Amino acid sequence: MAMASELPPEFIVKVDYDRCRRCKRCVMNCSFGCMHFTDRVVPEHQKCVACQRCVTYCPEHAITITKNELAYKENANWSPEIRKNILKQAETGGILLTGMGNPRDYPILWDHLLIDACQVTNPSIDPLREPMELRTFLGRKPERLEFVESENGEIDLATEIEPQVRLDVPIVFGAMSYGAVSLNVHRSLAMAAARSGTLMNTGEGGLHRELYPYSGNVIVQVASGRFGVHSEYLNTSAMVEIKIGQGAKPGIGGHLPGEKVDEDISKTRMIPVGSDAISPAPHHDIYSIEDLSQLIYAIKEATDYEKPVSVKISAVHNVAAIASGIVRAGADVVTIDGFRGGTGAAPMVIRDNVGIPIELALAAVDQRLRDEGIRNNASIICAGGIRSSGDVAKAIALGADAVVIGTAALVAMGCRICQKCYTGNCAWGIATQRPELVRRLDPQVGSERLSNLLTAWSLELKEILGSLGVNSIESLRGSRERLRGVGLDSMTLELLGVKPAGVGQ
Amino acid sequence: MRGNCYIPSGCSVSGIMSESGRRQDGNAIIKSIALMHDRANGLGGGFAAYGIYPRRSDLYAFHMMFDDIAAKERCEEHFKDRFDIVLDEEMPTRPGSAYEGVTAGRYEEEGVQPITDPPILWRYFMDVPEDKTKFVSDREYVVGQVMEINSTIDGAFVASSGKNMGAFKGVGYPEDIGVFYKLGEYKAYIWTAHGRFPTNTPGWWGGAHPFCLLDWSIVHNGEISSYGINKRYLEPFGYKMELRTDTEVVAYLFDLLVRRHNMTIDLAAKALASPFWKDIDRMPDRERRIATALRQVYGGALLNGPFSIILGHSRGMVGFNDRIKLRPMTCARKDDMLYMSSEESAIREIAPDLDEVWSPRAGTPVIGELDEEVA
Repeated sequence: MAMASELPPEFIVKVDYDRCRRCKRCVMNCSFGCMHFTDRVVPEHQKCVACQRCVTYCPEHAITITKNELAYKENANWSPEIRKNILKQAETGGILLTGMGNPRDYPILWDHLLIDACQVTNPSIDPLREPMELRTFLGRKPERLEFVESENGEIDLATEIEPQVRLDVPIVFGAMSYGAVSLNVHRSLAMAAARSGTLMNTGEGGLHRELYPYSGNVIVQVASGRFGVHSEYLNTSAMVEIKIGQGAKPGIGGHLPGEKVDEDISKTRMIPVGSDAISPAPHHDIYSIEDLSQLIYAIKEATDYEKPVSVKISAVHNVAAIASGIVRAGADVVTIDGFRGGTGAAPMVIRDNVGIPIELALAAVDQRLRDEGIRNNASIICAGGIRSSGDVAKAIALGADAVVIGTAALVAMGCRICQKCYTGNCAWGIATQRPELVRRLDPQVGSERLSNLLTAWSLELKEILGSLGVNSIESLRGSRERLRGVGLDSMTLELLGVKPAGVGQ
Repeated sequence: MRGNCYIPSGCSVSGIMSESGRRQDGNAIIKSIALMHDRANGLGGGFAAYGIYPRRSDLYAFHMMFDDIAAKERCEEHFKDRFDIVLDEEMPTRPGSAYEGVTAGRYEEEGVQPITDPPILWRYFMDVPEDKTKFVSDREYVVGQVMEINSTIDGAFVASSGKNMGAFKGVGYPEDIGVFYKLGEYKAYIWTAHGRFPTNTPGWWGGAHPFCLLDWSIVHNGEISSYGINKRYLEPFGYKMELRTDTEVVAYLFDLLVRRHNMTIDLAAKALASPFWKDIDRMPDRERRIATALRQVYGGALLNGPFSIILGHSRGMVGFNDRIKLRPMTCARKDDMLYMSSEESAIREIAPDLDEVWSPRAGTPVIGELDEEVA
């Protein structure tokens, strides 16, 4: 923020000097330069982003952060935030940058969906006593199986099934590039994915060689900048993902500032040290669906048809037709990223105004693929705004094969969603390359916390399945009959394929 | 009548089969299901019988239910252009009569009829005209017609549509339904029966079991908790779930997997009530490959929730349970006879002296097949 800014601070940092022991831990921990020490701790409110780092690490709990409630004249139309944004732009003439997912008060449809449970006529199942299965396979499935009978009367499978990736829990980590996040974040994600039987996603910044041993748990991404993409990279994976779009910034490219491109990142991304890494908005070799098909098959050729290829798109108005085209173009997995999906950096106007809710996009895509009889041809992964195992269950009931967690994974590692990822100053060692900050995330601890989260959500999913009286995730998948809507208009209900609460089967 | 309520169900099931193809009248199956009177609540009972029309075994026998004469006329108008009707007649029934067992006296005491308000019951023996099967097999054609009638002709419902078999069902206790339809006068090598305990009223004649499509028949005790996805899985294949009961998906799934996807009954049962991954992981290579592929490809067909099901078809009878056996089923053999029932007592009632009695394991089908030499 420009020094000359006339903007009042967003937060007020209060130090309780009666409690403060002047240990300076807050000063050391604040990566935004907000805490100064003269004869005592003096906060520079202007710089506070409410990342909660100082609050968390103050041994005396002497620090509190409050919103700087400005007494603007009440105005429902011109909210303080809007006024501040205009002032900022009047000062700078620039695009407002921001991080993380859309924070605005759009309806969260997950919170308008409720899950069924068994009573009397069909017994619920106790997941502590009976098997409860979450195992999921991602990849193209044939519509039917063929069998052959050998001479001795043994039946064997005749259909050759295309490559499938097995997940022990239907939750994969979201694409976050090395560069946007630290190597310790990638390490944590890879270790956790291996431990929990799921996948991490490189994002568009390549895969550090140190993480090659985790190939069985890695989705390698190919994005418009092609950073870090080479034959060995493509083959060091469980799955390859072509990134067309991102929910937080549909139709927008990416930009990793040169300051973040150190030696390691330069090697991983295959760009010179200190150079900006700019991902174009479109892939400049994909201007149509047939071009996408060429890239899909180029990747399949490069990986010997041994890896499923996923195509990730953001949830936009025509998402169902686009997804259908993608499946017909040869993708084995379609990843749909809703408008609440996170980002390291995006223009605020795009993040806050473009795209559609993932719930509607997912419902539309699943139904469209079924209507066209091609639902088995691809798995659907749902991304963008999954906050809890309840959301996971609802997404799967709407038709997702698996879901993505990005922000939730970051929060598990310490992120407080202060939305300052793009500054490179992440106090939690996540969205930064500053060595002294990167060190703050211990990959052992980070991976353990991530695995704990997946374990907890798995247990909760099993409880949900048990209460639904089913013992396998495929009996929930696409079973919209087990969802009911509250407070939704009839058109939304119709689009979701869900009945209103109060209606029986 | 239909389309306004969904009826989850409790119930009793029973099945008798002669693997040598000997035909016997319906009195035994009525006696068996009557013993389980208390498992039903009078809101539905029915039977499926195989081998009952030997002289017309090459014709599709449509057992129809009509709300009124107008529906019958609409349906016959529909049939006229789509089938060659060789014979049509009213279903023989005996209105007002009750099963001569323990419960019969009750109706006289209370002055009520055991079976009331039946729809118009009519049967049609029909051939598929040759010009209709240029692009589809005649069975595919019949499936399409059944779907069309059930979904588009108001007040008309196909109770069964197979060859040399039929469904006899309605609202009432099953033993009374059996007497109503004069099942003592039919002879069949497979009989299955169902007594219904829907947990939610309006009983509807079409909603009673068995559910039939072509020569498939299903009687089912339980509730398909995976109905939502099973229905959505079937829809792209052209099946229309019009009956608002979970059981119909079972009939359609067998039709899809066995008739259209050429699976053996055993494989189909493995897809519908698949083994757990913990067991699949320990299987020998070939079996593991098959079981894994079945789950990967047919996840939408997996039947979940409590059920015991008896599936009938022209060559056999299959009993199977859900994956953790939340509903009862006992099987027994005596000479060429195979019995399946919700309760052993219902088998002992008609065959006290058995060679073998066992409770099949969860998810493991018991398969009865006509001997190969039986035509």
